[in-house]
Amino acid sequence: MKRTIPLLIVMVGGIMMMIQFFIPHQISQAIFGLYTDYVPVISGFALILGVGSLTRVHYHKVRRRADNWQYSLLVIVTLYLMPVFGIIIPASIGGQAEGPSVFHFLYNYVQIPIQSTMFSLLAFYIASAAFRAFRARSAMATVLMLAAIIVMMGQVPIGDFLGKWFPATGLWILRFPNLAGKRAIQLGVGFGILATNLKIIFGVERNWLGGAGK
Amino acid sequence: MLSLRAAVPALVLLAMASAAVAQQGAEPVAPPGEVTVSDVPNDAGDQLAVSFEPSPDHDRVEFYTVYRREQGEGDEAWRTVKVLFAGQGTAFVDGLDPDFPVQAGQVYEYRVGASPGLDEETLGAAYTAQEVPQGEWFNTGKVRILIGCALFLGLIFWFFNRAQSGDKLYLRPIPGIEAIDEAIGRATEMGKPILYVPGLSTISDVATIASLTILGRVAKKVAEYQTPLMVPNRDPIVYTVAEESVKQAYIEAGRPDAYDEDSVFYLTQSQFAFVAGVNGIMAREKPATNFYLGMFWAESLILAETGSLSGAIQIAGTDAVTQLPFFITTCDYTLIGEELYAASAYLGREPKQLGAIKGQDWFKAIIMLIIVGTLALGILDLIAGTDLVAWLDHLVTSPAAI
Repeated sequence: MKRTIPLLIVMVGGIMMMIQFFIPHQISQAIFGLYTDYVPVISGFALILGVGSLTRVHYHKVRRRADNWQYSLLVIVTLYLMPVFGIIIPASIGGQAEGPSVFHFLYNYVQIPIQSTMFSLLAFYIASAAFRAFRARSAMATVLMLAAIIVMMGQVPIGDFLGKWFPATGLWILRFPNLAGKRAIQLGVGFGILATNLKIIFGVERNWLGGAGK
Repeated sequence: MLSLRAAVPALVLLAMASAAVAQQGAEPVAPPGEVTVSDVPNDAGDQLAVSFEPSPDHDRVEFYTVYRREQGEGDEAWRTVKVLFAGQGTAFVDGLDPDFPVQAGQVYEYRVGASPGLDEETLGAAYTAQEVPQGEWFNTGKVRILIGCALFLGLIFWFFNRAQSGDKLYLRPIPGIEAIDEAIGRATEMGKPILYVPGLSTISDVATIASLTILGRVAKKVAEYQTPLMVPNRDPIVYTVAEESVKQAYIEAGRPDAYDEDSVFYLTQSQFAFVAGVNGIMAREKPATNFYLGMFWAESLILAETGSLSGAIQIAGTDAVTQLPFFITTCDYTLIGEELYAASAYLGREPKQLGAIKGQDWFKAIIMLIIVGTLALGILDLIAGTDLVAWLDHLVTSPAAI
């Protein structure tokens, strides 16, 4: 029962959605809308489980005094402090009613800069990854490096200044060999998605059921 | 005597005044003609194709305003549904504006006003729509997709049957999948944990489902070797499914006691906070093996580069074409696109799973044949001066041709 009911729900729902794709009628659209409306509802409940998991893991670390347990304590404190400032005590900085709230202060001046810092690391990592990728250790790596140089030179004004063929060749590389490769991968991905969906709908793939899958 | 500098503005003012006087005294424009309404095919009954005959004084018209009301409503019920400038043509699809939705089965009336200026309008007669909006039970524009799907389904089921009847199906080896055992073994020998990131997308993403199926198989091997496993999650639903998969894998491996309930955990939904959390785990715990399988965005390189710097063996797999170069550069093995979906079948070696991959491969072979065939026709067109590619294009793209 624990296995059959989820499999039946997936099979009926999956086949219905497959058929629905070919039916533009308003009844079909309404059913599709109803299904998609359930997703945020389920996510809302699952978030409670997620927050519970985060609390449990870090509480265990603090209790065991595991390595770096202080970070875990900080996670728990900040995890529950933000909703307190956001919902229970929406206090403003300095006490004025029209001033920015503590929640917004923490969000705008702590969380967003930290996230931006993480994102900005990407620039440095791209440089180091490019260095590794473009080392001409083999004939293929040399071709890759040359193609990359032409494409990059084609994107910047100095490339155009050095020779008109830089942007033209760079564009040709992007529009033909590069696009052909991308499309081949996307075609394979499309078939892979379709086959995976079919395996799930017809119960061939059951690992997603977790404990009920076997 | 007036200087030239003073005369120019004076002349401009005079011209404007004459134009204004001429405008005031001008005849109103003639009203637009008949309004024709037809139902848009292949929709949910929420669109109507509306066109009208332009005013005989079209050259003087600045814009047309199209009004709509339900049949039987009074004059106060006319609502503006579209404003078309004179150069924009005299046809449009009504119902696209969410502020003025078209209801299926409702009879509407239309009238059009022609305006030579902002404050002037000549209204045409009201016309009852010749057709009522109706939803269709089959989208004729998707016939080709249906044929393709039927062919794909047929191939998959045929290979399911062949695999079940005991036929040996050969699959080419994929280095990234074969390296999974080696990577788990390495972590076991080093006595260090394994980090498995099932992507950052939600459960509705097929790449995430593929990743979770691989996680189940990886976790079973991890349980057999008794190696610590860490599975951080960004999505709460993915977290619950991942937890169940890992728990079941430990039970199947006969080691339910070895399952650590803190091994699968939720981090955060924020993209870069998640990256910071996972990078922190890599820096502190120094896992011997990192798996990045699923859907990734801009964080792919930050994760993989940090893992590479920590000295871990890394296996990645994603269907995000834009992130593949980053993984290929920084990881030891990368499952490219569809290989991610095939990995579960490769690891499980169940006949039906292998049959699905074989069906996929054959469908790809058909597509390749079509591409090569079209290329050959194109070359023939060039040599013999025929028009075979255009004929094929018409056959495929014209709905009437099928």
